[in-house]
Amino acid sequence: MVSDKPQTGTILTMENGVLLSDEQLVLQETAASFLAEFGNARKPPSEDGELWRRLCELGWPAVQVPEEFDGLGLGAVELALLMEEMGRRLLRSPFLASVVLAQTALLHAADASARARLLPGLATGERRATLILAPGMVWAPAELPIRVRRDGAGWMLDGSALQVLDGDSADLAFVAARFDDGSAGLFEVGADAVGLERVPLSVWDETRPQSAWHFRGVRLEASGRIDTPQLLDPGLARTVAVGALHLAAEQVGGAAQCLDLSVAYTKERLQFGRPIASFQAVKHRCAEMMVKLETARSAVRGIAARVDRLDDGALQRDCAVARVLATDAYRFCAQEAVQLHGGVGFTWEYDPQLHFKRAQWGSGWFGGASAWREQVAASLLDAA
Amino acid sequence: MNEKTFRAEVAGWMTEHLTGEFACLRHRGGPGDEEAFPALRKAWEQELASGGWIGLSWPEAHGGRELPLSLQLAFHEEYVRAGGPGRTGHIGETLLAPTLIALGTPEQQRRFLPGIRAGREFWCQGYSEPGAGSDLAAITTRCWQEDGVWRIQGQKVWTSLAHESEWIFVLARSTPGSVGREGLTFLLVPLAQDGIEIQPIRQMTGEAEFNAVFFDGAKTDAGCVVGAPGDGWRVAMALLGFERGASTLGQQMHFIHELQLVVDVARGNGAARDPVVRQRIADAWIGLEGLRHNATRMLSSAESSRPRPETLIYKYAWSNWHRDLGQLAMDVLGAAGDLRSDDDAVRRLQQVFFFSRADTIYAGTNEIQLNIIAERALAMPR
Repeated sequence: MVSDKPQTGTILTMENGVLLSDEQLVLQETAASFLAEFGNARKPPSEDGELWRRLCELGWPAVQVPEEFDGLGLGAVELALLMEEMGRRLLRSPFLASVVLAQTALLHAADASARARLLPGLATGERRATLILAPGMVWAPAELPIRVRRDGAGWMLDGSALQVLDGDSADLAFVAARFDDGSAGLFEVGADAVGLERVPLSVWDETRPQSAWHFRGVRLEASGRIDTPQLLDPGLARTVAVGALHLAAEQVGGAAQCLDLSVAYTKERLQFGRPIASFQAVKHRCAEMMVKLETARSAVRGIAARVDRLDDGALQRDCAVARVLATDAYRFCAQEAVQLHGGVGFTWEYDPQLHFKRAQWGSGWFGGASAWREQVAASLLDAA
Repeated sequence: MNEKTFRAEVAGWMTEHLTGEFACLRHRGGPGDEEAFPALRKAWEQELASGGWIGLSWPEAHGGRELPLSLQLAFHEEYVRAGGPGRTGHIGETLLAPTLIALGTPEQQRRFLPGIRAGREFWCQGYSEPGAGSDLAAITTRCWQEDGVWRIQGQKVWTSLAHESEWIFVLARSTPGSVGREGLTFLLVPLAQDGIEIQPIRQMTGEAEFNAVFFDGAKTDAGCVVGAPGDGWRVAMALLGFERGASTLGQQMHFIHELQLVVDVARGNGAARDPVVRQRIADAWIGLEGLRHNATRMLSSAESSRPRPETLIYKYAWSNWHRDLGQLAMDVLGAAGDLRSDDDAVRRLQQVFFFSRADTIYAGTNEIQLNIIAERALAMPR
């Protein structure tokens, strides 16, 4: 375990280097070319199922699943590379919900039988899961919207989760629910459960579908509870932190695309008889985009390379770094892309608006940047 | 060599030697604090030399230790961690020496490297002029050959530590009427001579780390030209290319030390309860982590010949981070920051506040750095 305290840490070592292996480079190139061709941000949602099937053929949902559960047994670096490329093309797919979040929750909070039963189906992508925690995908047991009580040998769930990520395409959800005594558990709920109503929501970022899930006396068998109680709290805290890291990877990809689009456009666009990319006012905006983007990319790659070795405290601090830097970079790059495209940057036809919406989406989920900063501040300033 | 063993060796040596008469040098000197104990810090350079800690990156054939980058970096980290003082000899050791090793004659290497390696001869850099700052190629200082020596006429400025140095390397125009990068020559010039006058420039902090250096027919030997006459621009740029070595990356250890001082002050005076200050301190820590990851990425790709984004953004990123830290430090100090203080922590933070305003100006201003990023990394047209 690496506990990385700022005042004592060895700051730079070659072992923490972020050079990609040949296999990782191949994965990245495959993803980049596949998504350049099949990215669906501007295609009708009716084709999303077919695209998911193709992603599954490529084995992407199996990347982080251990081989004993029919996965590829690769790590966070590979997952982050895929997320980066998906972010670049604004992919609309349940990958974040099902692979990054639901799988990670199973790996870190579920009991052995639930892992064995559920991971293989999620690894092939045959089944798609989502995760329901507190609003905005935050681990805050007191704020869980779904309540649970014993019902004979089984469980009874009530309450409404108002914004469920990819809730409409999901076959099942892992739902963190709270008991009257304040404790919590993790439950497996099929999308077709009796008493469950799913309502698709109208969203600004149409690449991130959401639904409301209303639980009205949803009854589960005893086996519907899937957590190992002592793992629930650290496991779901880790799930959110790791989710924030992979969201950061996705944001880096989006920011990179905003920069590439802006540079390409300003090189083409002529005013005053010359490409506007030759004006310093334009160059400096693009250069500042690159500074934020590449700093965030360095952080995401470096943290992904060591995330599996971090203890809980170091993990939270590291993921705060990725979260804050990447969220800031993406918002900045998306906003600059709109500006640098001039009038067309405000139109539906050009892509900056899609990134602008995705960047805003990403800053509201997984805990806002200010909450992550406060967590860092507490670890620096409030220690005994 | 094992890195852990090496780190222990450095740390042990520092504990043993940064003591007694040298104890007062802990965390002193360096940009913003160059007036601290200049004579004693030169003696410290010789102490370092006796321990074999100068020339770590140089080839063994030139008296160096030829250590891999990872160990050079480990040295810098342990050095700063132990409170090692700001180096007086860094311009000679990390800029001029690699240039002489790459482009100098064997005679120049024999003549100059031992003095640098021994911590006895100190160097300064004669590039900028009053009319040639960001536009370095606009220099007008002239040089010409006369009676078997080179003569220099003109003025250099912002010359760090000229008043503590024996030698200056000078970029001067040798082809009359030439413009831009053509017709320049790179000369090594002794400072102790009648044709040179050094005038200190008092800076915002009240101290004088920089100088104006006036050349009035100053002379140097025919053997003191590096590269061919007229080829000075290439030599000058090669020298700047050594600027991003291990010592630059090692500066992050200073940043960690400074941020820790801010944290300590905030905890001590109650600023740590202010929610906005908390956010800013967290941002500073997060930003420093970003710099660290970026530097690690630079190291991983150090062998790559192509200029890479992580390298091109680095100067802009660290200098702006550092400037923000200086502002944060003063805001955390509050009214107490008004007072010139003997307290080590307060003095250091005030130096950061003032001197970091220079960080975004020297070695390529913010604006020049953004041009470089746009033109080299993004291939945007000039």
